[in-house]
Amino acid sequence: MSGWTSATRGEIAWRHAFRIYCGLVFVFLVLPIAVIVPLSFNAGSFLTFPMPGLSLRWYGDFFASPKWLAAVSNSFGVGAATTILATVLGTTAALGLARLKPRMRRVLGAVILAPLIVPVVITGVGVYFLYAPLHLTNSYLGLVLAHTVLAIPFVVLTVSASLHHFDRNLLRAASSLGASPVVAFRRVMLPVILPGVVSGAVFAFATSFDEIVMGLFLAGPTQRTLPIQMFNGVREEISPTITAAATLLVVLSIALLVTIEMLRRRTERFARKART
Amino acid sequence: MSSTVALALKASLRRIERRQALIGGALVAPLLLFLAVNFLLPIAMMLFRSVDDPDVRAIMPRTTAALAAWDGRDLPSATVTAMMIEELEAARGGADLSRAANRLNYDINGFRSLLLKTARNLPSARDGDMLQALVAIDHRWGEIETWAAIKRAAGPLTSFYLLGAVDLKQSGGGEVQGIAPDRAIFLKVLGRTLWIGFWVTVLCLMLGYPVAYLLATASSKTANLLMILVLLPFWTSLLVRTTAWVVLLQKDGPVNSVLYAAGLIDEPLRLIFNRVGVYVAITHVLLPFMILPLYSVMKGIGPTAMRAAVSLGAHPFLAFARVYLPQTVPGITAGTLLVFISAIGYYVTPALIGGADDQMLSYFIAFYTNETTNWGMAAALGCILLVITALLYAVYDKLAGRAAVGLT
Repeated sequence: MSGWTSATRGEIAWRHAFRIYCGLVFVFLVLPIAVIVPLSFNAGSFLTFPMPGLSLRWYGDFFASPKWLAAVSNSFGVGAATTILATVLGTTAALGLARLKPRMRRVLGAVILAPLIVPVVITGVGVYFLYAPLHLTNSYLGLVLAHTVLAIPFVVLTVSASLHHFDRNLLRAASSLGASPVVAFRRVMLPVILPGVVSGAVFAFATSFDEIVMGLFLAGPTQRTLPIQMFNGVREEISPTITAAATLLVVLSIALLVTIEMLRRRTERFARKART
Repeated sequence: MSSTVALALKASLRRIERRQALIGGALVAPLLLFLAVNFLLPIAMMLFRSVDDPDVRAIMPRTTAALAAWDGRDLPSATVTAMMIEELEAARGGADLSRAANRLNYDINGFRSLLLKTARNLPSARDGDMLQALVAIDHRWGEIETWAAIKRAAGPLTSFYLLGAVDLKQSGGGEVQGIAPDRAIFLKVLGRTLWIGFWVTVLCLMLGYPVAYLLATASSKTANLLMILVLLPFWTSLLVRTTAWVVLLQKDGPVNSVLYAAGLIDEPLRLIFNRVGVYVAITHVLLPFMILPLYSVMKGIGPTAMRAAVSLGAHPFLAFARVYLPQTVPGITAGTLLVFISAIGYYVTPALIGGADDQMLSYFIAFYTNETTNWGMAAALGCILLVITALLYAVYDKLAGRAAVGLT
């Protein structure tokens, strides 16, 4: 533990033990990723170490399988539609929330965030009860609507956070200089909150891309997304092709994480600059 | 003069404020409408399904009404029996009969075939002892429990599913009693769900607290680097992580090979399709949810108080327990509640990594929805999970406040 003036031998030993313990926790955290990525390059067909050699055969399998490719295109399609719908609805709502009185904002905020708290299974069952008679089960539309419910809270949260930094006087200045509200929004407000909107969109995409429970209730065989395909794969018999799929998903996660981090830093720089 | 100006100013200010609120409302409205249709309505439908019971009433409106007055001690009167035979005859061959038979089968296994068989073989003569005629078709008509099941299904609303979700049922006379021990599973499942949630939370706290402390006290360069190790799994697909744990924990998987190579075990440990696997995988998934709130609280705690305590002669451990730990309580509260709430709703991870005895409430909700289409039971179990989650969230909201959520 840092900050002590004198360290006895016991304290030094304790500090080492503490570091080793934390190191083990970090190993635990990254172990699944650290294991599944190398296994996807395995030349053999057993998911064990040591590997007999390296090869790209499981990636070949992945890209030759109509099932996996259909799942990829379903995931991207549903993810893109969800992102658009959630970002539009969430951003307008966040802009609206900022104009409301705090009490009202809190009540509506609780409703908007509720999908984060309610277990997805419950939302899934409810949505299934509603969509089944409307023929929205086994349909892309139903899946997109359900994913959007889960993605919206993230958009509202990130855009609200970026609005928090926004100085409303800028809008007043713009309109006093003759800008119409639409122009003032587009030229003054949008550039400031854009990183928040894009972060929200990335979160929305990631939420949809990772969502499985809704899919298990709503998707038919034609709407199978990547997580559903993986779920079925693990359930039946776990094949090395799954490790290739998993690795591709890890790469995508890293890309999303990096995007979010870059946007966060940009916003922070912006906020710092605005203060000085 | 000046007061009129002030009044006019005030009025115009109020007008502007009202306009702002109106614009705000108009901007929020589409989202609220969307959530009302696709989130609130579904949840309301689920809650309603747990008490809705229209099926048996649909085919025997008079019999169910007559059974409401039945005391459940002796077999029903000849009038009621004759009434049921009549209504059963009218319903013969229709889809409604099949639905009613399914509903009764949820209560007593085999009731579906009993009802359908009876409907096929109804006595042609309508005089004499109708009850005896029914018993001649199937002896179960001579049992009180058979008639009690019809009474329980009389509708239009029922407590059957909600009571069933906590292993209770109503007798023919209306008093609530426990169901047969061999059919009582849901209290066990509920207890298991909370138990798994509890242990996952404890594990996350034990693993997460020191790591959060390390992150909060390390130099910002180290902390940033280590933070990636927390955020990477956080961002990795749940299915990827679950799949990876299936691979890691299997019989001849890497964990077992390492333990074997190190000479720690002689034969592979059983790590998957049991509770061990469930604890490991869920803890892994939820650990960042513990670390992040703890970290954000610890980041705001300066080292001064601890230093003061140590310099005043407190043993470092004592200083930690008395000075540092109490300051992190908000983070502990937020983290544990967040992890517990998430853990008890888990479905996919236990479904893939657990055995039959490790499935939680969510599994049964999905099972009754997708496999047996006993929607009433699915809804009742959903109600229980929803109530527990809502209560815990209310506690979270009270203790951790909305600051943690960021929408103030």
